[in-house]
Amino acid sequence: MNYINKGNKPTKTGFGEGVLAAAQQDSRVVGLGADITNSVGMNFFAEAFPDRFFSMGIAEQDCVATAAGLALSGKIPVFSTYGVFAAHRANDQIRISVCYNNVHVVIGGAHAGISVGPDGATHQALEDMATMRVLPNMTVISPCDATQAKIATEKAILECKGPVYVRFGREAVPDFTAENQEFEIGKAQLMREGNDVTIVATGHEVWEALEAANILEQKGISVRVINMHTIKPLDGEILMEAASETRMIFTVEEHQIIGGLGSAVAEYLSENHPIKVVRIGMKDRFGESGQASELMHKFGLDAEGIVNRVLREWA
Amino acid sequence: MMDLQAKAKHIRELILTALAEAGSGHTGGSLDLVDIFTVLYFNHLRHDPKHPDWEGRDRVVLSIGHTAPVLYATLAAAGYFPEDEMLTLRKLGSRLQGHPSYEFRLPGLETCSGSLGQGLGVALGMALAAKMDGTSVGSGTVNRVFCIMGDGEQQEGSVWESAMAAAHHKLDNLCAIIDRNRLQIDGGTEKVMAIDPLRDKWAAFGWHTIEIDGHDFSQIKMALEMADNEKDKPTVIIADTIMGKGVKSIENNNQWHGKVPTKEQLKDFLHELHQ
Repeated sequence: MNYINKGNKPTKTGFGEGVLAAAQQDSRVVGLGADITNSVGMNFFAEAFPDRFFSMGIAEQDCVATAAGLALSGKIPVFSTYGVFAAHRANDQIRISVCYNNVHVVIGGAHAGISVGPDGATHQALEDMATMRVLPNMTVISPCDATQAKIATEKAILECKGPVYVRFGREAVPDFTAENQEFEIGKAQLMREGNDVTIVATGHEVWEALEAANILEQKGISVRVINMHTIKPLDGEILMEAASETRMIFTVEEHQIIGGLGSAVAEYLSENHPIKVVRIGMKDRFGESGQASELMHKFGLDAEGIVNRVLREWA
Repeated sequence: MMDLQAKAKHIRELILTALAEAGSGHTGGSLDLVDIFTVLYFNHLRHDPKHPDWEGRDRVVLSIGHTAPVLYATLAAAGYFPEDEMLTLRKLGSRLQGHPSYEFRLPGLETCSGSLGQGLGVALGMALAAKMDGTSVGSGTVNRVFCIMGDGEQQEGSVWESAMAAAHHKLDNLCAIIDRNRLQIDGGTEKVMAIDPLRDKWAAFGWHTIEIDGHDFSQIKMALEMADNEKDKPTVIIADTIMGKGVKSIENNNQWHGKVPTKEQLKDFLHELHQ
């Protein structure tokens, strides 16, 4: 099946639309802002529900603890900031006040991945999935486009029970999934059939993987593409099928190859169906400044980079 | 007041007995908070031990999770759970975890704690929620939230993030109580990392500040009432306390921050309590 890009749109916008949609349905939804409200997608909610939005200043640790307190008192708090600050600066607050209490707090991790671009390494969240995934009770979601980000966020807020981390990007990227798609947290999507190799991608990399699959098909390699939009809980069933029906698994993520999607897939398959797993992502180094497309290319994370890596391993 | 004296003495007995049985834990801070907890739970809070989830309740957040024994003992004495359960402190499967755990749903416990500097933020979230709910739930007045902090804990930067935010949002239903025993593990607070002038710092952050003797029931009660009546500002009560209060031989000795009595010492300590 071929996917049509409806037009480029940041996943951040989808997140913001999802928060707004959830807040319209449930008056318990409240928002916390750490100064960068517009750039983390909280502006729609803040404008629509000023009485339910609290400006907390540049104080991520307090934001997370406050969110926990709100949740313990029956609210559904949504706190969004750059993923680097949410997942790292406030990590202990997330671990104890949110995860150990096992309260329903939704954390938005903006500026995910290398495609953040010119801001450079300090603002590119490349380790956030690792530090969020390891925490007990935490759900980690990484939607592939703006449409899916909206659906995932709305469900994360209205349907999940415990802590949730939703990761999304800054760059306008292809928006290609259907408004009426079947989407279930924890259940990956089979995007494309194939029987030689499987590419398991997450976030922006799903589009790149689909592009790569088209190119590889012309070179005689049949590629299955899976959108692993939920990193935790991981969909093991779809991986078992891929491991038995194709001969090699590739993972692609805008994240370190340590600790994120690649690690999660390798951990699962090494225990359940050993097969070669090749992890494509950031190789234990920080990012840098540049245009999003330049950086995706430099680090081998665009379709061309994926194609080259698959060809090298497949040969 | 005589009644409160007797309650406080009983709570100290429960703490010492539980700690000696557990074989580990934090004696000093647990003992010095007893008088404050006694006034809070037996003479101030709106709460119902038979209905711990009552929506109209005031909430207590113990930010210094290591002093869990004083919270557990007070909850037990107030009737939230049987006092016998104190003897399970820190044991496998117990609801009385070494540091408070929300996972075990101990009646009366509002949140986990143990990593310093988070309780005030959690309490602030509860106070914000109470403000949003207004008088629509429970008692007909806005629920109040009390956060118990340590003085060493004031060294955590996150405390001051929350201090700033609580004043900014004018949370007059939030009251922080600082256990100013002047001791932490490495020694005196002013030697390890000076926090004075503590009251001036809180005042500068926009809080209503009160300083009291944390072992004087009438001063504690008066301060809590002043906090209740303050409008548009959160209140901090800096309570001067003596670490290990109640057992003369261990008072004001930071060796007793994280040490517990042996079973032999327990007899002497209980004897000292009643002198």
